[in-house]
Amino acid sequence: METENQNPFQLDVGNLLAFNPFHNFPSLPTSRDELVKECLQEGTKLVQAVADSLFNLPSTEDVDGPLVKLPPPTTKLPREKHLPKPKPPTKWEEFAKKKGIKKRKKDKVVWDEQTGTWKRRFGYDRVNDDKDIPIIEAKMTDEPGEDPFAKRQDDKKKRVEKQEKNRFQNLKQAAKLGALPSHVQLAATALPITGTQVPPKKVTKDELGNVAGMAATSTASGGKFDRKLPGEKPAKKQGKHRKFLPVVEGSGIGSREKEQTENVLNKLISKHSHEILNVDKAVTMYNVKKEKKARNRKNQEGRSSSTSNELKPKKQLHKKGAKRGPGSSRKGKA
Amino acid sequence: MMKIKTPKKGRVKRELDKRAPKLVETGKKTLILQGTKTSGTLNSVLSEIYHLKKGGAVRFTRKNDNIRPFESGGETSLEFFSLKTDCSIFVYGSHSKKRPNNLVIGRMYDHHVYDLVEVGVENFKSIESFTYDKKIAPRVGSKPFIAFVGEGFENVDELKHLKEVLLDLLRGKVVENINLAGLDRAYVCTAISSNKVYLTHCALRLKKSGTVVPRMELVEVGPSMDLVVRRHRLPNEGLRKEAMKTAKDQPKKKVKNVSSDAIQGTIGKIYIPDQKVGEMALPNKAKGVKRERREAKNKDANEHASKKQKEESE
Repeated sequence: METENQNPFQLDVGNLLAFNPFHNFPSLPTSRDELVKECLQEGTKLVQAVADSLFNLPSTEDVDGPLVKLPPPTTKLPREKHLPKPKPPTKWEEFAKKKGIKKRKKDKVVWDEQTGTWKRRFGYDRVNDDKDIPIIEAKMTDEPGEDPFAKRQDDKKKRVEKQEKNRFQNLKQAAKLGALPSHVQLAATALPITGTQVPPKKVTKDELGNVAGMAATSTASGGKFDRKLPGEKPAKKQGKHRKFLPVVEGSGIGSREKEQTENVLNKLISKHSHEILNVDKAVTMYNVKKEKKARNRKNQEGRSSSTSNELKPKKQLHKKGAKRGPGSSRKGKA
Repeated sequence: MMKIKTPKKGRVKRELDKRAPKLVETGKKTLILQGTKTSGTLNSVLSEIYHLKKGGAVRFTRKNDNIRPFESGGETSLEFFSLKTDCSIFVYGSHSKKRPNNLVIGRMYDHHVYDLVEVGVENFKSIESFTYDKKIAPRVGSKPFIAFVGEGFENVDELKHLKEVLLDLLRGKVVENINLAGLDRAYVCTAISSNKVYLTHCALRLKKSGTVVPRMELVEVGPSMDLVVRRHRLPNEGLRKEAMKTAKDQPKKKVKNVSSDAIQGTIGKIYIPDQKVGEMALPNKAKGVKRERREAKNKDANEHASKKQKEESE
């Protein structure tokens, strides 16, 4: 019995690989079939060699069959991705190492003195919640007009912001060294523009709705036959937005315009009724005044020029028209 | 201004973690695509390679004009696809008068082209043309035996490179344990001449023999083709050194609450909190519960009545 089996093949059981470096075809076989047969023969020998060492490995029984633990592969192949770099320690971790502070395991529930029950450390119904404090005692250092409850909330917000900032700095440091955790990405929210930075304008829901409506109706058929998305509401104002009445007067719709204008006029007149001038009365008043003035002057000048009165031009007509001017224009405007 | 983006869903986080670089790597995924023009044989070659590597391969069916692996600018599309599909080996097929039935097999390191081998396919026989007993047909995804025959693989540079690339392409997932009943396929690559390799895929038939080791019999089932090496590009020395780096073996993390026994095998401990059976809320109002309430109500009413009587009597 041969104790040492010298096989000239190079075996890599981890990869189920066998390599025969000594075979060569002294002369190529003439037919294809012969070639194939010879290749298969050689292949069989190699596979048998691998199987020999494989089946002799210690095996454990499994449901489907014997399970064998493969040795690690010996052929070196290039990796597909670079080696992962270890995460650099965060600022707190460095500080803790320097001071010798060790991590302590925290319990999920904590004993709450106030209510006398076990409550969570964080989350809904937690131990030291800000909203559960009924009374805060005033200290000598407190300013009088300050709300201590609001102050507590502000302090907490500031602490949270500081923590976020520190976390961000740690991640930036890790990204610089190329060791960012795979699920975290640092994204730039805005371009680094120097000078006045204008924050991006936020569009309100109504504005978006308006724009969406405009876009939807800007098709050739006014958006009537477009397929609606699931959950899309129908347009707010359907149909024409303005209605122009026919110009020609008549019965039915034709008389509507007259009605419209009447309505408008009535509204206006009722509003400004205390200001409206009674034109006829104003005219008669003016005429009376004028006549009185003329009579006075006639009496003053009187006996000297009696004939000249008829010859004097009648100015009243012009003035009457002038008086009527603003009155008539007012009516026209209404 | 920068902000931290973390995925909001656990599924996204798991996918990102899958694609992250690992200390110990399992198998590479293959990307199979084609160029401007392909021939009939090349189409069947590509589809059969995809079929052989079903679990870990992505097949693109459109033609890609702008991919020229051997030119300096023609690799950007390939790198982009590799990044998006997380594939580190690609098989690119194209057909032209100068290079008929051309296959470029390439590997990526960190989604950049690492090395390339260009081969031409001759004498291709597809899976359908082989007749065999269907019972021994190899299953999809099983780990194959790989056999290389010929001194050409040792002496000729190009064939050495091709051997490495073929090993990477054909080996599948790297596993620690293997089920001996599931070994059913083998690839045989023979160096016929200094630039030709005969590659064939066979099914294994295990025959009874006297010892523990069964006798192997190879039956040709799958595609068989002649590969003629045309061009190849080796990686630069620095890149090769970096890619071949391995991490020192680290001690495995201890799995909690699991212990193993020689007699019982693997034992796991499960911790269940105390069930307060009396305080649990019943899901359906069972008839018994209703009756209880009714009786309790009646009892109260009787008590009231008796109290009144007492008062009256007093």
